[in-house]
Amino acid sequence: MHIDILLQIAVSGLLIGLIYALVAIGLTLIFGVMDIVNFAHGEFLMLGMYACFWAFALWAFDPIFTLPLTALLLFGVGVAIYQTVIRRIIKAPMLSQIFATFGLMILLRGLAQFFWKPDHRLVGHSIVDGRIALGPVQFGLPQTVAALGAVLITGGLWFFLNRTRLGTALEATAIDKEAATLMGIDAQRMFALAWGIGAACAGVAGGLLSTFFPIFPEVGANFSLTAFVVVVLGGFGSIAGAFWAGIIVGLVEVAGGFFVGPEYKVAIVLSLMLLVLLVRPRGLMGKA
Amino acid sequence: MTDLRKAAGPALFFAVALALPLVVTDPARLNFLILILMGAQLGVAWNVLGGYAGQVSLGHTVFYGIGAYASTMLSLKLGLSPWLGMLAGGVVAVAFALAMGWPCFRLKGHYFAMATIAVAEIVQVLVTGSDWLEGAVGLYPPMSPTGFGAMVFGTSKVPYYYLILGLLTLSLAAGWAIERSFIGYYFRAIKDEPEAARALGVNLTRYKLVAIAVSAFLTALGGTFYAQKELFIDPGSVLSTSISIKIALITILGGVGSLFGPVVGAVILVAVEEYSRVIFGSTGAGTDMIVYAVLIILVAVYSPTGVMGLARDLKRRFVPGRTAAEVRP
Repeated sequence: MHIDILLQIAVSGLLIGLIYALVAIGLTLIFGVMDIVNFAHGEFLMLGMYACFWAFALWAFDPIFTLPLTALLLFGVGVAIYQTVIRRIIKAPMLSQIFATFGLMILLRGLAQFFWKPDHRLVGHSIVDGRIALGPVQFGLPQTVAALGAVLITGGLWFFLNRTRLGTALEATAIDKEAATLMGIDAQRMFALAWGIGAACAGVAGGLLSTFFPIFPEVGANFSLTAFVVVVLGGFGSIAGAFWAGIIVGLVEVAGGFFVGPEYKVAIVLSLMLLVLLVRPRGLMGKA
Repeated sequence: MTDLRKAAGPALFFAVALALPLVVTDPARLNFLILILMGAQLGVAWNVLGGYAGQVSLGHTVFYGIGAYASTMLSLKLGLSPWLGMLAGGVVAVAFALAMGWPCFRLKGHYFAMATIAVAEIVQVLVTGSDWLEGAVGLYPPMSPTGFGAMVFGTSKVPYYYLILGLLTLSLAAGWAIERSFIGYYFRAIKDEPEAARALGVNLTRYKLVAIAVSAFLTALGGTFYAQKELFIDPGSVLSTSISIKIALITILGGVGSLFGPVVGAVILVAVEEYSRVIFGSTGAGTDMIVYAVLIILVAVYSPTGVMGLARDLKRRFVPGRTAAEVRP
């Protein structure tokens, strides 16, 4: 085994892993704050991709510049979904919660098919294009920019949650809802905020991916599954856990695809999730 | 008197179900009824684990696929009758269910559900990659000879109708027997008060394993039926998560933990699916998905106990003289 290949695997795994981390952070935030697993999370990513695609197709806006708009748009979508559906099932049995978000998943896919056709679409060319070679290791420029963007946003989110008043309130709600409410924090507002931020994270991840990934209504499916694995590995509700777990899952996926075969990538990643669930259900950094 | 009144609903259902093929002769309509019965049978099977014992599985397609693949492989490789294959599929599904349940039942709620999705997705990938099972190509169960013994009935839909009605009856009987026996009480205790049940000496894992074994066996029977009806199976048609979701959804729609709930759920779901497909066309426009999704969300938000729960609430409100104690929760 040549060292170059290992290096290449490590770099590719790291780059995609950082995107996975960003997708999963939104998911884990929602779970941490209100104990609801969002099965429609990959669909937020899909919507983010389409937002960037249409901005490019209609007005020739580069996805990189559309990102802030995408974030705002998806924040709105997240809050709207919370207000119309999720708010009503906070106290419902788990089964209803699962199926409400499953329904959302199918609904968003159906809407995407209805309005935008099931075709695969591509953003023609972005300002980030081409490859960089660093010695024997190749970086795709879009992938590198996407990974850097993911790191920046993750860092920003970390700052928001730990260093701002609103973010701390959100964290407090995640830790203890009742106590937070007694401290005068409006839990409903925090839930809406979690959905907004969660959707925005996934949407931005989709925007970052749109420069090099095909865009179609079901594109979210695999990202959802991967995000679940990341959340389980990192520990439900743990932002830092999701960050590190994202990188690990990226590495495992690329290495597994190389050594075993690309068609087995999904199975390998899911086996990792089963293993974690059975051996250490609270994940790397989850609450016990 | 109350027993008689309780028996009236099921008796009416079976009478109508037995007579329907005499009235409905159009093959397309009969096929529509068969789809309803197939959905109902799978829902009743799922209900044993997800409804009575409260363990939400989103991986039931695995048992369905085992049933379909076991009977098909046995008839292709060994020339065995699908009847034996159906039984064998059930046994393999039980073995798989026990092996999967043993570790996974330590997980609660969401975690168990996600583990079952993972197991099913992994199996789908492995089967798709298997040359022995003709993974990506799919398998064709033998089309001849036809007849009862071979479980192949050519172009007539009527035998398939009665066959699936029989399987549904078997599944309902199993559900009924469980509801009435001490096992049913244990299941409900596991679902509602696991800690109290444990404190009273109920072996939680053992009864969860009983639930998944029964559920998996019945689901596998449905899988064999599908293979014999369609005479073609591949991972996409018998091993996909969308099947797992549909099975669970049928039950939720009708009423979780209610014996006839899945039957009601199947009628609604299959009708909505087929009609939205007919009305809006299958051009891939996604309209049928949208209708389906809105239905799911509405039920999840407004009626967590399904149509049966809704009916019970209405009855309680409008039929005088019945107290809450009489109406089983």
